[in-house]
Amino acid sequence: MLEDLFKVVKFRAEGDNRTEKKAKVQIPDDLLFKCPRCGNVMFMDDFTGASKVCGECSYHARLTAWERLELTADEGSFVEYDSEMISKNPIEFEGYAEKQQELREKTGLKDAVLTGECRIRDKHCVIIIMDARYMMASMGSVVGEKVTRAFERATEKRLPVVAFTASGGARMQEGIVSLMQMVKTSAAVVRHSEAGLLYITVLTDPTTGGVTASFASQGDIIIAEPKVLVGFAGRRVIEGTIKQRLPDDFQSAEFLLEHGFADMVVHRKNLRRTLSRLIRLHTPKEGCQ
Amino acid sequence: MSSLTASERMAIIRHKGRPTIRDYIPLLFDEFCELHGDRQFGDDHAILGGIANFRGMAVTVIAQVKGRNLEENKDSNFAMPHPEGYRKALRLAKQAEKFHRPVICFIDTPGAYCGIAAEERGQGEAIARNLFEFSRLKTPVISIVLGEGGSGGAIALGVCDELAMLENAIYSVISPRGFASILWRDASREKEAADRMRITAEDLRELGVCDRVIAEPAGGAHNNPQQTAENISHYLTETLTKIMEKEVAILLDSRYNKFRKIGEFEEFPKGSE
Repeated sequence: MLEDLFKVVKFRAEGDNRTEKKAKVQIPDDLLFKCPRCGNVMFMDDFTGASKVCGECSYHARLTAWERLELTADEGSFVEYDSEMISKNPIEFEGYAEKQQELREKTGLKDAVLTGECRIRDKHCVIIIMDARYMMASMGSVVGEKVTRAFERATEKRLPVVAFTASGGARMQEGIVSLMQMVKTSAAVVRHSEAGLLYITVLTDPTTGGVTASFASQGDIIIAEPKVLVGFAGRRVIEGTIKQRLPDDFQSAEFLLEHGFADMVVHRKNLRRTLSRLIRLHTPKEGCQ
Repeated sequence: MSSLTASERMAIIRHKGRPTIRDYIPLLFDEFCELHGDRQFGDDHAILGGIANFRGMAVTVIAQVKGRNLEENKDSNFAMPHPEGYRKALRLAKQAEKFHRPVICFIDTPGAYCGIAAEERGQGEAIARNLFEFSRLKTPVISIVLGEGGSGGAIALGVCDELAMLENAIYSVISPRGFASILWRDASREKEAADRMRITAEDLRELGVCDRVIAEPAGGAHNNPQQTAENISHYLTETLTKIMEKEVAILLDSRYNKFRKIGEFEEFPKGSE
């Protein structure tokens, strides 16, 4: 506790000159950000100015879908798909409709995924962005349908797909219907792939469960942001099974890279460049110029 | 068919004498040649696979293995596969595709195994790969849920042209216990969760997920495994005849559409501009 106070003071002293360099500063609700990975405390201004990356351990914190879009797409290039789609209540689960209504008001989203077309450094693509604020971006009917349509449209228009994944898994409140979305999305990825088109996955914090076990793991190229949590089973579930604490880097981006399940770990500040470069390398005319 | 609740059916499928794939194989097939290994890491005993002779037709069988006693369960990890199990399944499915054999998947699992080794070897990737490859497998696939269809662990063998379930089988996105524990923070409300989740064969038929319900003898399959096997066999004969006639392109299109249409949403809700 006492140490924490000193830490704050230390950062306040260092933080001042860092703040000056930042042109874009939003006024946050909270004054401080505490990194969930290393415990480092930063001023919220510094943190948002650094695209929400921890200055100490470079943990890449969660972004809202719109923040992600702003960091990734060329300004004004985004055209949204299926913006009005909302889910029904397939197993008539009590409280589901109310919970969603509450989240819609709170987040301004209709469900947990944003899809559409945009340009990334002038490269035209279909973009899929999941937003963990909405029921931990679990995949139900709407996420499944919007992702599927995004792939179908990309196939039809012969565009690459870039998907920023984040998810707690299948949306339990929709019962078996949510599980089936894993197959539906995978089948759409297959058709896109068989048309010879590029699919890049960017794994963001946290990507788990049914999304890891479907379209998030099916990219031609899989990128992960540093330190993010990616896995199939939840940590607590595994800890409960083996009755011991797991190491901190278990199921991290680096763990994935080491075990061969990601192509690269890319810092957020380099992501836009990396994506456009990869798309260019898959564009026949521009190719390796 | 009997009208039991989901929790009553759960008690039936948990009955000690509930037949497993090991009981059904000799009853269903004239010959069975087991094949082992994923050719990459090892041989997962939670998934059994091989080539069988079904009434004169060679078929590939892929099945999750519940044990009939503790010893068998230890060997098959209580039917909870590791990634190498799913990779073995995929290897055998690709082999079936090469030789134009239909694939019959028998689902019976509480779920994919959750553990350190499973994560290190890419449990998520293994399931995702199966969903991807089975979606485009150029040979017919029939999946039958024998008892428990547990979440991602089940669906990795559930991408098919037709899904059938035994009358008392359940198939769910998460176990009723997990559902109660996460959504109500009270695992003891398992039975109530089971009855609310819509997980029975009949529920899944109504939700457009299950195509056929295979009858069990009164009281459950354990009362007459022979009769249950005959019902499965009858279903397989009928379905294989129908499905083997389809051209591959048509088969793949209808497989796509089978899953494509599942989802409950509205696009222009009332009151929106």
